[in-house]
Parts: sequence; C-alpha cells; structure tokens
Amino acid sequence: MAELKISCEAIRQVEETCEKFHNDPGELISILHEVQGRLGYLPEPVQRVIADKLGIPAQKVYGVVTFYSFFTMTPKGRIPISVCLGTACYVRGADKLLEEFKRVLGIEVGETTPDGKFSLDCLRCVGACGLAPVATIGEKVYGRLNPSDIRKIVDEIPD
Amino acid sequence: MKINSSDALASIRQEALKALSVREQSNETVSEEAAGLEKGTPRMQILCCGGTGCKASESARIVENFRASLQEKGIADKVDVVVPGCFGFCEKGPIVKIIPDNTFYTSVRPADVEEIVTSHIIGGRKVERLLYKDPGTGEHISDSKHMNFYRKQMRIALRNCGFINPEDIREYIARDGYKALADSLQRDSLEVLADIKASGLRGRGGAGFPTGIKWEIARKFDAPDKYVVCNADEGDPGAFMDRSIMEGDPNSVIEAMMICGYCINANHGLIYIRAEYPLAVERLKIAIAQAREYGLLGEHILGTDFNFDIEIRYGAGAFVCGEETALIHSMEGKRGEPTLKPPFPAESGYFGHPTNVNNVETLANVPVILTKGPAWFSSIGTEKSKGTKVFALAGKINNVGLIEVPMGTTLREIIYDIGGGVKNGKKFKAVQTGGPSGGCLTEKHLDIPIDYESLAAAGSMMGSGGMIVMDEDDCMVSVAKFFLEFTVDESCGKCTPCRIGNRRMLEILTRITDGRGKPEDIEKLETLAKVIKDTALCGLGQTSPNPVLSTLANFREEYIEHVKDHVCRAHKCKALLTYSIDPVLCKGCSACARGCPAEAIVGEVRKPFVINPEKCIRCGMCLSRCKFGAIKVI
Repeated sequence: MAELKISCEAIRQVEETCEKFHNDPGELISILHEVQGRLGYLPEPVQRVIADKLGIPAQKVYGVVTFYSFFTMTPKGRIPISVCLGTACYVRGADKLLEEFKRVLGIEVGETTPDGKFSLDCLRCVGACGLAPVATIGEKVYGRLNPSDIRKIVDEIPD
Repeated sequence: MKINSSDALASIRQEALKALSVREQSNETVSEEAAGLEKGTPRMQILCCGGTGCKASESARIVENFRASLQEKGIADKVDVVVPGCFGFCEKGPIVKIIPDNTFYTSVRPADVEEIVTSHIIGGRKVERLLYKDPGTGEHISDSKHMNFYRKQMRIALRNCGFINPEDIREYIARDGYKALADSLQRDSLEVLADIKASGLRGRGGAGFPTGIKWEIARKFDAPDKYVVCNADEGDPGAFMDRSIMEGDPNSVIEAMMICGYCINANHGLIYIRAEYPLAVERLKIAIAQAREYGLLGEHILGTDFNFDIEIRYGAGAFVCGEETALIHSMEGKRGEPTLKPPFPAESGYFGHPTNVNNVETLANVPVILTKGPAWFSSIGTEKSKGTKVFALAGKINNVGLIEVPMGTTLREIIYDIGGGVKNGKKFKAVQTGGPSGGCLTEKHLDIPIDYESLAAAGSMMGSGGMIVMDEDDCMVSVAKFFLEFTVDESCGKCTPCRIGNRRMLEILTRITDGRGKPEDIEKLETLAKVIKDTALCGLGQTSPNPVLSTLANFREEYIEHVKDHVCRAHKCKALLTYSIDPVLCKGCSACARGCPAEAIVGEVRKPFVINPEKCIRCGMCLSRCKFGAIKVI
C-alpha cells in the first residue's frame, strides 16, 4: 500500500474513539463505524493505530475491515453514488442504470472520479422498492430512474 | 416520570387514549363525507407517511409544508400533524391520511399541501384528484378499507405501522402497549412461555423454527448473564418488512424482547441492526430512551424484581450475519463467519453466554399474542403455520408495497387481488420468494395456500418475506445468475462448497448467458447445486443453489434454448441477440445511425440502412430511436 500521511490530529481522534469504547476488542466494529464516519475511510495506518490500542494483531482489524462491505479502505468521492441492485430494482432495469452511470462518470464500481467529486458503488436494497430502480446520490434517494436521465442529474449536482 | 406498577401504566393508557381516540374511532367508522373545520369538526389530524420509501419522495417536505400552512392560517391548534411509519402502499406514496374522515390521499406532492388544507381541512371538500383511482372500475376510493390492496390484508405485526407516531411511546401505550409485559410480570414465566408455545408462532426470519420451543431451550441453560438478541440484519435484497416495523413500531420489538427475557431469565437485550437503516436506528434509539425514561427498561420494571435493558449493535453489511452464529460473532467485533451447531447459541452464544436470537417480525407478534390470547392467534393461518406473514411485494407488479396476509392466502390472491396484477398488462411469468435462498414459482403454483411447508414443497421457501414478481421480459437464467452473483459476493469464504462451488456455478451461468454454454453444462449445474446443498456449512450455503434448482425445475426449456439454440426468449442476454433492419419498414431517416454509439449502422438517407453485426454492441439504442418499428431483434 502506498505511503499515507495521516495527521497527528486524526490519530489522536482515532485513539480517543478507542478509549471511548474502553479499548475493548469486542467493540471493534463500533469503533470502525465511528472512525470511518469521521475520516471517510479506513486506511492501513489507521487500522494499525486501532490494533495497537486494542492490543490485537493488525491482521484481525484488517480481516474485519475487508469482511464487511460497509467499510472501505479507499476514500469515497465528496458525493457518493450508489445504485441499488436489489431484486426489485434489478427486474426493473437497475443493470442498465449502472452501465449508464459508469459511462457518464467514466469510472468503474468502487472507483472515484479523478476530481474526487463522485464515487460509484452498488448496494443491495434501500427498501424503496416502490420507486425501483433507485440510486442514492449523496444523501438523497432518486427513484423511478431511466438511464436517459442520468447525464442530466449528474451534470446538475453542485459540488 | 417512572411507571412503577401496572395500575400506573393503565392510567397512562387512559390518558394517552384521549389523544388517540379520534384516530381509533375513525378507523372503525365509514364516512364518505369529508370533515372540515368550517363544517364544525372540532379537531383534525393529518397523518403523513414517514417511512423510508415515502421519505425518498419528499414526504419530509410535505410535513414541513403542512405545519407552515396550518401556522399561517392560525389553525395549528385544531389540527395535528402526525408522522407515522409505513402505510404499506409504497407504489402510491407519499401517502397522506386525513382524520376523522379517513381520507387516503395518494402520490401527494409538496405543492399539493395548500389545496388539501384550504379545500379539505378548512372547507370540508375532498381533493378528488389525489384520491386513489380503482384501476378496474375507474372510481375514486377515499377510504383505504375499500381498496383491494388492503381488503384481504390482516395486520398483526404491522398493527401500529401507519397508525401511531413511532417517536411517542404514549401512543404505543394507548394501543395496549406494554400491557402484555405488565400482565406477564404478574404471572409465572412458565405460563407465559406456554402461551407462546400454544400460539404456534414460528420464526419469521426464514427457517420457521417454533418460537416457544426456542425460548424453552434457552430457558434451560442457567447462567448469571443471558442475552436476548433481536436479529434486525435484514439483508435479503428486496425485503424491507423488518425495517418498516422498526421504523413504524419500535416499541413492539422492545416489549417482546423484555417478555422473552422474562421467560428465559435473561436481563440483557441486544438489537443487531444494519447500519444502512439510519431511520430505523434513530427510531429505535428514541424508543429505548423513552422506555428508560418511563422506567419500562431498567431495574425493578413495573415495581417487580425483573430487570432488563437493551443496547444497539451495528452490522456493517454482510448478508451472512443473518445466520445466528455469524451474527453473534459480528456482535463480538469479529468477522461474521458462522460456526457449526451445536453448541447452539441457547447454550453458548454471545461471548459464551446463553443467547436467544429472534427476528424482528417474530418479536412484533409476541405482545399481541399475549393480549389477545394464544387461541386467537392459532385460529389464524393453516394447520402448521399460524398467524400472518408480512411480504414485501415488488418487481413487475402494479401495487408495490408492504402487505400482511393470513398464512394460507394463495399467491394468486396476493399477486392479482392485492397486488393488482402484473404491470403494463404483461404476462405473468414467475414469482420469486425467499430471496437469494428461495426459488421461482410459476403459474402452476399460484393456487397453493402459502405456508412454510407448502413453499418448501414447491421448491422455494418462506424466507424473510421478499416477493418479487417477474413477467415475460425476464430471463430466468439471468435471474438465477443474478442471485448467484449475490451469494458469491456474500459468501463468507469459510467452507469450500459455498466459496468455490457457488463460484463455479456462476461461471457456468455466465457462460450460458454469454452464448458459450456447453451441452453438458445444465447437468453439471444440477450436480453441483445438489452437492453444495448437502455439504455447505450454514444456511446461506445450503440454500444458495435454490434459485438455480428452482429455475431448472420450472424453466428448463429456457436453459436448453440458451445452450442449444443460442436464443434468449426474453431478449435479456445481449450476446444472444441479433439486431437487424427491416428494409421494407425502414424509411432511411438515419435516426438509428446517428444514435449508434458503435457506429455500426450505415446507409444513405431515404434508403434502407443496415447494421454491421461485427461492430454492433447490442445496446438497443437503435431500437429505442426508430419510429417506424424497423429494427428487429431475434
């Protein structure tokens, strides 16, 4: 992994989070949730800090981070886009929607645009099946999407 | 304010009922006549759906607009705006319901608020254009009771969803909330447990294990620390019943966990919930805080010696964590990998303590069973499956939504009467139940009464209750591939059959849909599927071949067509399609050539164009651009 510089301030915050959970390895997932919520992702140096604090091997932390799809080791875009690939969305054409997002953004699933604005991911069911197919852009859920709408929607989103 | 006895609880119920009585009464009466302040109605209520589906359609702005409009007109003291959980009719959301006349407005936009307030709330005239229009008769129906979508439903687990404000524990108490707990604490816990057993309630998370027996086993293991876990890790794509219950009626889950705690002598409760459900998390947190404030969670509950408290644990997106041993590992901060049973969690679960895991919908049934009695509950449903089941009805169906029907209802009733039939008048092809662990059922299965046994016998399963309808445009080989992609993604990797076997199956399916299928592939799939079913470690692996096996059983001819004839009758599998232009119908307008991203279409204007099959990427752009129907797809 490329050398990453994490600020002392960020490291201090990570340590504080661990302490808040009493450095309890049983709370690892809660800690990772909180740290990712603050930093946006969980790079290797941060995982090492957590492992040290909890007194467990770094591979344990890495094992958990990579097991769960919610955790990520690469920074997301400022506006994350997630296309729902739940069954209801799938039968209503979510696969075509995803292809169009890839084409319009010029990135693959799991990647971020070079300007850092958008990242593209898939998710399984937002639970808004009545609006299928659905995508979330930032915090907002967009329903009843048609591949031909995508270009306009993406262009109109302010940074 | 602490409630320290069941009498104190009863008096709070009386008090809270006053506010709720308008809503309760309007539910019973039928009034086609609109109420209105100018007609002398003293108090009115506006119920505006706050479920995730409606929130995605700006229901929060609708609520804001209502509050602002009422304020501006100086009638905010006479009209309450309430935000309940999901009404279920997601297809027509956002839903707004007006009390006391029970008017059910559908597909409301923020801009419609002003008209509802001036015309209906003040003037007493319904806004006709926002009423539900029956697709059969074309008539407007203003009361949801008369809509086909609701007529055959029976709401037990969803009894409070779309009715009470989930952020106010008093509204739950007014609906006999915590009464089952109060009564239970006065009885011997064995008697309470006997009631749950007698009711015939079975686990709603998928497998259908009898809840009472599960509790009885958990009770046998004595330990100072025992745990009641609520499994709210609803990972089945296309299923959102548990989320709706937690969003719409979080207290019912809390109350049931406490009753379970009392029956099995446990004092700790844990709710394991997906982090992807922010609204459900928020509502649960509020409900837990309010229950603590009222003394319903904590020590000496309702003046007895029973202590119980609940904490929330977050999942992080792993389907396998719905399996109880995987779930427990995840709560311990580890990778969510399942382990062999025994030991069952009842003996050694969370950090080695005896643990009982129940699903959200199962728990939501518990308080009503105790208030209305096990005999009432067991009178509903079929011989072996009692009560009701919630289904998330979605896919190619007219009325997408969350429904609850008695066990024994047929698929036909659900799809055609409640669901309003297949969308856009297309032909019904299959219905998928049970999510990635379930199977696809066909026309010939439509009349079987649904319960755990009948679905399993038909080659599918109840699962958590996802129900996806498919039409003639869906390719069943692709559907099987879709589910397998999901399983391969979600396999934890611990056991070989699931980790490698499913990947091999996916490779074969990919080959078939890419037009590279070999004659022996179908048989290979079948053998592999059976081996995985027999040898995988946990429920995920054991059920993962079901989508393949059931489509092979019911749609074998489609597999054969793909492999032998290189034909996909649903026109889904791109590699098997050939696009061509009918020279007679083509007017030579060049619209297709201009739209073709691969520059595969050539010709002269006003003469028939042709597609170069070598360059064609089969994107279908020409088909959507041609106004003369000249593009043919085989």
